[in-house]
Amino acid sequence: MLLTIDYAAIDWARAQFALTAIYHWLFVPLTLGLGLIMSIMETLYYRSGDAFWRRVTQFWQRLFGINFAMGVATGIILEFEFGTNWSNYSWFVGDIFGAPLAIEGIVAFFMESTFVAVMYFGWDKVSKRFHLASTWLTWLGATISAWWILVANSWMQMPVGCQFNPDTMRNEMTSFLDVALSPFAIDKFLHTVISSWIVGAAFVVAVSAWYLLKKRKDEHQLAVKSLRIAAIIGLCASVGAAITGDESAYKIAEVQPMKLAAMEALYNGGNDQSLTAVAWVNPFKQPDYQQASGAPMRLAIPHGLSILATRSLNGFVPGVNDILNGYTRADGTVEPSASEKMERGRIAIQTLADYRQAKSEGADEATLNSQLSTLNSNMPYFGYGFIKDEAELVPFIPVNFWAFRIMVGLGTLFILFFAFVLYLDWRKKDIPAMKWLLWTAIVLLPCAYICSESGWLVAEFGRQPWTIQDMLPISASVSDIGSTAVATTFWLFLVLFTTMLAVEISIMLKQIKKGI
Amino acid sequence: MLRRIFYFYYDGFRSMTLGRTLWLIIAVKLFVIFVVLKLVFFPDFLRQHAPQGAEAEFVATQLNQRAANN
Repeated sequence: MLLTIDYAAIDWARAQFALTAIYHWLFVPLTLGLGLIMSIMETLYYRSGDAFWRRVTQFWQRLFGINFAMGVATGIILEFEFGTNWSNYSWFVGDIFGAPLAIEGIVAFFMESTFVAVMYFGWDKVSKRFHLASTWLTWLGATISAWWILVANSWMQMPVGCQFNPDTMRNEMTSFLDVALSPFAIDKFLHTVISSWIVGAAFVVAVSAWYLLKKRKDEHQLAVKSLRIAAIIGLCASVGAAITGDESAYKIAEVQPMKLAAMEALYNGGNDQSLTAVAWVNPFKQPDYQQASGAPMRLAIPHGLSILATRSLNGFVPGVNDILNGYTRADGTVEPSASEKMERGRIAIQTLADYRQAKSEGADEATLNSQLSTLNSNMPYFGYGFIKDEAELVPFIPVNFWAFRIMVGLGTLFILFFAFVLYLDWRKKDIPAMKWLLWTAIVLLPCAYICSESGWLVAEFGRQPWTIQDMLPISASVSDIGSTAVATTFWLFLVLFTTMLAVEISIMLKQIKKGI
Repeated sequence: MLRRIFYFYYDGFRSMTLGRTLWLIIAVKLFVIFVVLKLVFFPDFLRQHAPQGAEAEFVATQLNQRAANN
């Protein structure tokens, strides 16, 4: 799928959305992570009154400001893309998407813009307490902003709190609380935000390591103390990300079993499933999951997948073929086969068309009610009516498999690294003299971004072919738009975003070289 | 009070150093996003193609055609 991408509008629209989201996500995690660290540093200044902590806070706030300025509004482009490239989807989701995004735009934007100004302009002009509160509220505003975006994303992965209205052709919100506090959204928020703190910690550790490598006297104290604080945050965050990641995987097993099967390259499931540590999955080719018994050269952790997915040693975990052929869940409910879902989806689509036709012709209430009843009973499978071949229901397994392993592997590496740094610090070892450790810290910075982006690859590739899980596939969501137009804006974005990133890195490096 | 808030921002913006560069970048970026990209490259598809007030019918027809083609 990934490498046989053709030049059709649907593929360009997907590529463009992915490009925009990936670039946007380069800025967001650093804002969330560095925001937390600079707030902690200002708290130390507030409590100790030591001017050193004030200078340290102001230094990290300058770097925070550069990243904030570069990242601001890059997410808005995603909303433009919804209206142009994904118009069917935009209409279909209706107000459910609109509400969280509007709240994000109003509350978080005003919160951030108000308190950012106090944070930068308010030194010596407002009280220390108010300034500290403003710094924390800037970070909180950014975090709340992330909350609403992730609520919107989570709804696409697990649609809740809504009812489809066949007259307006839109999903209408029946419970704001169900949407805003969906278990999927809570898991996603915790995992995403906590893992962003790792990026912030890795950034502070890397910059501090660079000062120590360069033996910068003026920044020596800043580097040593920042490194310690960042390592503490980093360790807490990487352990927290592992715990919340485990909870996310459990939820995925419940609502998106195909995503889990793709992450694990699990073709035929069963009881007592082991968790794949390593195996060979060709990164460029969809495996023959119908014929193969499993990925070759597999090294696995016994019972691991069953525990992850069912919280039981020998729980049943469905594989790709089980999901396509239908299976019985642990609670005894039968999950229909793909062909049955596709049939029911076609019934839903046909009934919707019949209902709208009958209503326009002034049909009687009994006829309309009968059609509505049929539509409602088949609506959970509406999206399957657009699927032509069962194979379309299987996401591209190699991307999910490898992205998941890169995320988990690097996450584990960060736990070990931060724990090791803190151990050396606790044993009062001379960290500034350990060049290899300092270089490792610098090398790990891009790894933190790769880890974070890999998580999004798993989340978004894993739910293919759906834009809204089971309700609307990408083939039905995309606008009837020419591929040339989308391809043009794709390349335009690539140039624009790359320029912006180069400018950010250039200003950031200049500021780091300038020092405290 | 309003005078104090005004001068808080006024003095803040005047004393910026790095901030001036960042604000310039933000201004250029917002211009590119909201004027160039939005107006030239990202029109509202439904507003352009569906008759006003008949968007639901337009989307219903689109979805039916997609299902039929599959």
